[in-house]
Amino acid sequence: MEGMAIRLTGLRKAYGRTEAVAGVDLEIADGEFFSMLGPSGSGKTTVLRMIAGFETPSGGTVELAGRDVTRLAPFERDVHTVFQDYALFPHMTVEQNVAYGLKVRGVPRAERLVRARAFLTRVGLDGLGRRRPAELSGGQRQRVALARALVGRPRVLLLDEPLGALDLKLRERMQVELKEIQREVGITFVFVTHDQEEALTMSDRIAVFHQGRIEQVGTPAEIYERPGSPFVAGFVGTSNLLSGDTARQVVGTPGTYSIRPEKIRIVRDPAAPAASGLATAAGTVAEVVYLGDSTRFLVDLDTGGRLTAVQQNLETSSADLAGFRGARVALRWHPSHAVRVPETT
Amino acid sequence: MTTLSPSPQAAGTGGAAGPDRPPGPARRLAGLLHRRPRLRLAALLTAPLLWLVLAYLGSLAALFLSAFWTTDSFTSEVVRIWSSRNFEELVGSPVYRTVALRTVGVALAVTGLCALIAFPLAFYTARVAPPRRRPLFVVALLMPLWAGYLVKVYAWRLILSEGGPLDWALRPFGLSGPGYGLTATVLVLTYLWLPYMALPIHTALVQLPDSLLHASADLGARAGRTFVSVVLPMVWPAVAAGSVFTFSLSLGDYITVQIVGGKTQLIGNLVYSNVTLNLPLAAALGTVPVAVIVVYLLAVRRSGALRSL
Repeated sequence: MEGMAIRLTGLRKAYGRTEAVAGVDLEIADGEFFSMLGPSGSGKTTVLRMIAGFETPSGGTVELAGRDVTRLAPFERDVHTVFQDYALFPHMTVEQNVAYGLKVRGVPRAERLVRARAFLTRVGLDGLGRRRPAELSGGQRQRVALARALVGRPRVLLLDEPLGALDLKLRERMQVELKEIQREVGITFVFVTHDQEEALTMSDRIAVFHQGRIEQVGTPAEIYERPGSPFVAGFVGTSNLLSGDTARQVVGTPGTYSIRPEKIRIVRDPAAPAASGLATAAGTVAEVVYLGDSTRFLVDLDTGGRLTAVQQNLETSSADLAGFRGARVALRWHPSHAVRVPETT
Repeated sequence: MTTLSPSPQAAGTGGAAGPDRPPGPARRLAGLLHRRPRLRLAALLTAPLLWLVLAYLGSLAALFLSAFWTTDSFTSEVVRIWSSRNFEELVGSPVYRTVALRTVGVALAVTGLCALIAFPLAFYTARVAPPRRRPLFVVALLMPLWAGYLVKVYAWRLILSEGGPLDWALRPFGLSGPGYGLTATVLVLTYLWLPYMALPIHTALVQLPDSLLHASADLGARAGRTFVSVVLPMVWPAVAAGSVFTFSLSLGDYITVQIVGGKTQLIGNLVYSNVTLNLPLAAALGTVPVAVIVVYLLAVRRSGALRSL
């Protein structure tokens, strides 16, 4: 099939009796920024390693650009990887590291140096080519790893939690930069992360992994607004589920519902009349968490269950919030924001 | 609020024991050492430094000094007259030159053979064998060190003897063992010092991160290229470190060559046979391996290997 970078069919990987990957089917289009999101041990990294060729699947196939590569060695696949620990060669200079893939493929010395330097400039490491990896900071090493993997222009770039070791500020900057670079080079990026925010900000599409399977594949908005299972609703964003009796009383019909915390308005006077068409539930504030730009309210509903509501601190400040714990409040939301979550069977 | 802070009574009883009781002598000493870093250093190093200066450097100085004395040729008694005659004899005599070169040659051959044998062995124990069995293999690598030196060398004398096990094993192929001589010496020394080479290489290979090998393959390198460009450069310091052991141990050996070397002479033999007859000459001979090892260490240091020792 044209325009398809990766196709996984019935992919499985077992270590002894434990199944790390228990049947994954997935198609990733050319030029896509695709994230595999899940908690540790959910199988996302194992899938990545099977695409790269570091692990042999116990079952199923891996196709790259329409070619079955399941049994091929890593060096026979047009795929490069940015490793979690960067895996830079400590005995080589930065330049030699970046040029290594070109050297292996017999690109003449002069050309590979020019290309390596050009990519080092692209990732903002101009003039650091003669240093050793040990002389660089974590963020710089990360860029070297990126340049080394991209300089050979692979069809697919695999990124194994590459931002995990960076501090928050640097991570946020690298998120933007990665996305820019990806748009510029037009290479398919497959990005493994356990950070839902990272996946939401950067990806064209996301696959949410849980216990060796994919729970849901979709755009960030689809994943966030219409979670396909209680697990996805809980893992991406704050878990805010109503189920059983509570759901029947609050929403009106039984089932499991997810309401995102920022969709819920909190009203200080429970007796105040609700605007028409809004759903409402009364409760008691159990906890107030001040987050700087916003405040998180944990509210125990009278009907049982607990909902989290988030409010921007537009006019309120931390002093105003002190009295909120234990207060009686009403929660209001638009009924369309209570999204029914299919039960996993 | 009240539930979070500890109650005043609890804080009072808990804190009373510490500051009120006068500190014992051990505590006072610890406090003194804490405030005086130089005193601390002196307590740590005085004894080993004395040992190093007196026993190690002292004997080396005595060696150099006596190398410049001479002997009375009738009584073999040492005459303490300053003279460079021993060194002139050493440099001028073709016998000594040949023996010195042969000794260095043996040490180099043993080192090369040890590296060649140890590398695949260590590669298996460190990277191929299942991690659970690794400690077992390390013990197996080091097992030859458990037996006594003489026991092992005499065992080899038996193995290498005419009509012995080696001859017998080689006969079906129309070959025979090397017999006693230079080859046998190199063979036995290689056996003796192999663990000193295998252990550092094993350690270096264990510490080599998988991700580096993966990265190399990921960038398109086949196994051979990965070995040459990644594994070898990273393990090289360990090989050099191991070679310091195998080289210097071979250079100083004189027992193995006596037992399996036939008529072969190495510097060690010459030193040994001159100690009673001409001590100053023996001392002058003894400076040769010292000088060679200094040169070797300088060469190894250039490769950066001493940092991993």
